[in-house]
Amino acid sequence: MKHLLSIADLSREEILEILDTAVSMHEVQHRDVKKLPTLRGRTIINFFFEDSTRTRSSFELAGKWLSADTINLTGKGTSVSKGESLRDTVKTIDAMGVDMMIIRHMASGAPAQIARWTRCSIVNAGDGMHEHPSQALLDAYTMRQRLGDLEGRHVALVGDLTHSRVFRSNVLCLQKLGAKVTLVAPATLMPAGIGAWSAHDGLEISHDLDAVLPAVDAVMMLRVQRERMSGGFFPTAREYAVTYGLTKDRLALLPDHAVICHPGPMNRGLEISGDAADAAQSLVLDQVSAGVAVRMSILYHLLAGESSGAQSGEGSAA
Amino acid sequence: MSAETRPNTESLSTGSPLLITGADLAGAGAGDLLVIDGRIAAAGPDAGDQAPEGAQRYHAEGLVALPGLVDLHTHLREPGREDSETIETGSQAAAAGGFTAVLAMANTSPVTDTAESAERIWDLGQRAGYVDVHPVGAVTKALAGEELAELGLMARSRARVRVFSDDGKCVHDARVMRRALEYIRSFDGVISQHSQDPSLAGPTACCHEGELSGRLGLPGWPGVAEESIVARDVMLARHTGSRVHVAHVSTAGSVEVLRWAKAQGIDATAEVTPHHLLLTTDLLTTYDTVFKVNPPLRPQEDVEALREALADGTIDIVATDHAPHVRQDKEHAFTDAAFGMLGLETALSVISTVMVAQGRMTWADVARTMSTDPARIARLTDQGQGLTVGAPANLTLVDPDRKVTVDAANSKSLSRNNPWHGRELVGGVHLTMLRGRVTAREGLVWGAQA
Ligand SMILES: [Zn+2]
Repeated sequence: MKHLLSIADLSREEILEILDTAVSMHEVQHRDVKKLPTLRGRTIINFFFEDSTRTRSSFELAGKWLSADTINLTGKGTSVSKGESLRDTVKTIDAMGVDMMIIRHMASGAPAQIARWTRCSIVNAGDGMHEHPSQALLDAYTMRQRLGDLEGRHVALVGDLTHSRVFRSNVLCLQKLGAKVTLVAPATLMPAGIGAWSAHDGLEISHDLDAVLPAVDAVMMLRVQRERMSGGFFPTAREYAVTYGLTKDRLALLPDHAVICHPGPMNRGLEISGDAADAAQSLVLDQVSAGVAVRMSILYHLLAGESSGAQSGEGSAA
Repeated sequence: MSAETRPNTESLSTGSPLLITGADLAGAGAGDLLVIDGRIAAAGPDAGDQAPEGAQRYHAEGLVALPGLVDLHTHLREPGREDSETIETGSQAAAAGGFTAVLAMANTSPVTDTAESAERIWDLGQRAGYVDVHPVGAVTKALAGEELAELGLMARSRARVRVFSDDGKCVHDARVMRRALEYIRSFDGVISQHSQDPSLAGPTACCHEGELSGRLGLPGWPGVAEESIVARDVMLARHTGSRVHVAHVSTAGSVEVLRWAKAQGIDATAEVTPHHLLLTTDLLTTYDTVFKVNPPLRPQEDVEALREALADGTIDIVATDHAPHVRQDKEHAFTDAAFGMLGLETALSVISTVMVAQGRMTWADVARTMSTDPARIARLTDQGQGLTVGAPANLTLVDPDRKVTVDAANSKSLSRNNPWHGRELVGGVHLTMLRGRVTAREGLVWGAQA
């Protein structure tokens, strides 16, 4: 495994390996001295063409705690406006001899394109409306901590699915781990061709959150971006909150053991009420904490794994 | 035009009579073509009898002779982006692809929206001498979609503009479209519409809206954004009694609307590109920007409907939408990369492969859809008149059985955004002749002074 571009490229076994390694990485996080020597001498560039404090700092800590040299680059104002192509931009960095680029880009597919243009490992840290694989892995990790094996478990993904890369990676990850997935959103926030997804992939689709909640083991609320509100995707914030928000009343519909996830940042009072966000079942902060451990595991598997022979190395898109 | 592209060994001199022997005359059976003084002096099985003493002979047995191809939809990028293509390089590519005339779209920089700018393009085309370059005039000033460009002055200019288009953008305001259609009637113009309702498919829309766009997370370009404009425009054409032409039709729904419009006797014509007849939306899976084109590649069902519509005449013609781009304009993230692909040099081979070799069309149909009808829609008087006595000797000789593996490096275009690279196609252009003068043979081109 050379790149992490999409959950689709990972086998169930590879996912489980990453999640299991993350458990031991998570222990490191609670020590006073957090450094492991694993990636000493390796260089990782966090190349963020789009702002994301949360994901960037999580990857940065993961790299540092594994003793890699990490550098942050922002790509704002690069490429199109300067007349330099994206390919030229990343080839220049690649030519400096880095081992890995962690790419966040506002355009879907950019990390996959970059992986064809460079020689170093590429990690997709979120690309447009496409995928956010490390988020899906940390979500699965967090749910497993509470629920155990996800095989046969039922997870609802609720909210703006169309524009959500978290949703796209989570669907693939949860299904590979054997979970049943139900999507809940107004039709305007369902991706194009969702009917075909449900037919091929066995996804369930619902517009009735109240009917879905009593049967789930986990519910993941997705962020509704403020700019969507003027886009005519739904009438008003009030209508959205009442119809698709995880309100205080809806908390009571969840089974006792069920957990609540949200990839953040949350719109309190819109897709999730304050009561739900802070409830005992809420894993929101556990997700953040797990983020560093899971990303340490990803870096380990991509960079150290190959030299130690732990990974087969096949199947990666070179 | 440059001397180094002109081999000294070229045996076909101009001026002296030429007898082309044994070609299949656009599907009408084998015969000869006698070319004298840039015109067809005789055509048919007995044409050789009329050849004067000392006429040169060109053995064309096994080849198909077509009237010179005419492309109603070409982007030549001059003025403004001469790094992507110039009138000279673009018309070289056209000649190599069997074309004798192209219509150069108006979305250059500055936009072709005055008589002067149109005449300049016409003159540059004549100076290059590979093909006739007819400027398309903008419908609205600066393609802004608001005020009509000087349509009448462009029509009266030396360039005799008859085709008007804001291509690249849709004339989306119904009132502006109505006025344009009314206005051009007096000089028999036609509006070639880029059908894309911007409120349904905005500027970032780049992938056919469907399951794949949903999975890839690419902004969707739904078929209805095209179909709703086609439907509106055919109704406006009926209301105004004017001519509308639908550029690069891409969906089965648009075909249905066109079929209905033609049954009503509405003067609506349409074109389809070679790429929409063969390539499908699933090529976007790897985010390879060479396949980013507007309108986007569609699913197989649409492709099938387009093939059927071209074969039965619902879609009138093939047009390339040749859209050259330099490397750095394509090597961006998919949503940021430029729209468009090359098409002039491969169009005939693609149509031969998809339509002729598959038995969907005859060579007579190719002559109609790639020469006669595009010339008729553009009201060209010197092109697309068929292999008839007295017509200008604009000819394309095609080798119907030749297997062509496309190599982007061999292109005459300045750009390399060639979606056909590495593909094997059946049927290739052997020779192109403009008014009796050979402009291209086997991919080598000759300019005006040849
Ligand atoms: Zn167009």
